[in-house]
Amino acid sequence: MSQIFHRSTNTFSRITIFGAVFILGFLTWAFGELSRSTYATQAGVDREQPVPFSHAHHVSGIGLDCRYCHTSVEDSSFAGIPPTKTCMNCHSQIWLTSPTLEPVRESYRTDRSIKWTRVYDLPDFAYFNHSIHVSKGVGCATCHGRVDKMPLVYQQSTLQMEWCLDCHRNPEKYVRPRADVFRMDYQPPDDQLALGRRLVKEYSIENRTSCSTCHR
Amino acid sequence: MLLLFASACRQDMHDQPKVQPLEASRFYEDGRASRPLVAGTIARGHLREDTKFYTGMAGGKEIAEVPFPVTEKVLERGRDRFNIFCTPCHDHLGNGLGMVVRRGFRRPPSFHSDRMRELPVGHFYDVITSGFGAMQDYSAQIEPKDRWAIAAYVRTLQLSQYARLADLPAGIRDLIPAADASKKGGAKKGDSRK
Ligand code: HEC
Ligand code: HEC
Ligand code: HEC
Ligand code: HEC
Ligand code: HEC
Ligand code: HEC
Repeated sequence: MSQIFHRSTNTFSRITIFGAVFILGFLTWAFGELSRSTYATQAGVDREQPVPFSHAHHVSGIGLDCRYCHTSVEDSSFAGIPPTKTCMNCHSQIWLTSPTLEPVRESYRTDRSIKWTRVYDLPDFAYFNHSIHVSKGVGCATCHGRVDKMPLVYQQSTLQMEWCLDCHRNPEKYVRPRADVFRMDYQPPDDQLALGRRLVKEYSIENRTSCSTCHR
Repeated sequence: MLLLFASACRQDMHDQPKVQPLEASRFYEDGRASRPLVAGTIARGHLREDTKFYTGMAGGKEIAEVPFPVTEKVLERGRDRFNIFCTPCHDHLGNGLGMVVRRGFRRPPSFHSDRMRELPVGHFYDVITSGFGAMQDYSAQIEPKDRWAIAAYVRTLQLSQYARLADLPAGIRDLIPAADASKKGGAKKGDSRK
């Protein structure tokens, strides 16, 4: 029987078998990069909002505390998005005629919620809780970035599991004194690790890495 | 390989048929997944029997005492909450020159007038609960217990801005030149002693 393949194909097949290792390696790498990319995680992308609400104006500009609007962040899992009434505390008197605020006034008149577009949204199979992070000294800015500089909120972190775990394994790299949790301009000291280790002890922070912590 | 990519794109576990707080819903007519309570609902243990505590009133009059012991902790909590919710307009010292006022909101009266000092503490509770004139109510944002803590803190703030020369220990009083005496307390702290 004559050979179907010419002798030279032997070399070819050797190369492909050898090369497959690299090709697989490359695909794995590409997949990893792709899933961490901003395209897949949507980090850093502005969301279109019904009202161009600016944290930069309200937080840096007039010095509002996060808790003025996100009232439940200290004692519940959910940080809370303010109801229209909260906006009207001030906008019942100032910027009364501004057309950008019309959806707010309309919502107040008709008692229909403003439909904000969610920026941070974990899949429903993951459980997150704000109150424990706040009370154990994890600052808003550690996860959400410098919100006070954002005209529109964008997602600062990837929200991937490895991001949560990086901190859950080594909380001392990130924790800060409780009093500074809401401060946006907090700068970690040069000896963050020393401070971190002390706080981890003081606040008795534990390493939460078991699957059921977040998948429950 | 393709299968691997394809599987990663399924999203059904990401959006499960359960509702998250404040999610939109097509099920309810008003589009809100978080349901308002039926009027008159009272959670177990939340019946507001203690009218003094919940309204700041007794026999139609605002009460003069905080209805629970005011400890240092309560005052600290009060300072915290005051700084979050009241300073935008009333400023840290209660002089009514907060940032929002500087941007055009009506100026509230300073807390450091004789009239304000003489108001019963229940009045402050009531203003937070029900609003007052141009000021909206803060009942949705602040728990009753915290409203009292704020009221107690405002009282402390009033006292701190109203120290009389005669209240100072003799040694310290002598250090203050007589001509400046009336300005000393007030200069830095706004219109505290008019
Ligand atoms: C004046 C009210 C107000 C204050 C003060 C405020 N926020 Fe917000 N925040 C909002 C509103 C309204 C939204 C929803 C619209 C949006 O996403 O921009 C929001 C959205 C957010 C979101 C995105 C939520 C999501 O996933 O959709 C984050 C994160 C956030 N705020 C963090 C903060 C932090 C941190 C502070 C304090 C530095 C703060 N906010 C202070 C009103 C406020
Ligand atoms: C504590 C008072 C206060 C509250 C509460 C508040 N704002 Fe404002 N807002 C202001 C002030 C003051 C300005 C003017 C900003 C400046 O001059 O820097 C402003 C400006 C704005 C503007 C810009 C108006 C324009 O025409 O450019 C928008 C939009 C806005 N606010 C939306 C909101 C929304 C939505 C909420 C509720 C989540 C809200 N604000 C709650 C005080 C407030
Ligand atoms: C450990 C990281 C972390 C910290 C610290 C943190 N957040 Fe969040 N935040 C998240 C995540 C994750 C979500 C999305 C939650 C979800 O989808 O269930 C979120 C969502 C939000 C939302 C949208 C509403 C909600 O609760 O889903 C707001 C508003 C918000 N955060 C404000 C704050 C404020 C204000 C602080 C500081 C007191 C803060 N966050 C601290 C991680 C964090
Ligand atoms: C920057 C640090 C940091 C990040 C990022 C972070 N966490 Fe945490 N988390 C903590 C700390 C600290 C605790 C407190 C651990 C303890 O002592 O119980 C905690 C506790 C928790 C708990 C409560 C554990 C319990 O048993 O009650 C949950 C749930 C949780 N984290 C979920 C998440 C999720 C989901 C993410 C990612 C979206 C995340 N965390 C990101 C620091 C972080
Ligand atoms: C600190 C919180 C946390 C812990 C602990 C944790 N996870 Fe996760 N996990 C998450 C979050 C958040 C996501 C969603 C990630 C995303 O949206 O990309 C996730 C996603 C997943 C997914 C789905 C991935 C996908 O692409 O859909 C699997 C599977 C998973 N986790 C398994 C585990 C297992 C197994 C463990 C225990 C070894 C574990 N997780 C522990 C937070 C956690
Ligand atoms: C958005 C601005 C704003 C905020 C925030 C605000 N106030 Fe006021 N407040 C006012 C204005 C304006 C008045 C004057 C109302 C009038 O005379 O029509 C006032 C009046 C008052 C008065 C005087 C009532 C009287 O008898 O004359 C008290 C007491 C008071 N506020 C307490 C508070 C407390 C406590 C807080 C925090 C929980 C607070 N306010 C937050 C704007 C504000």
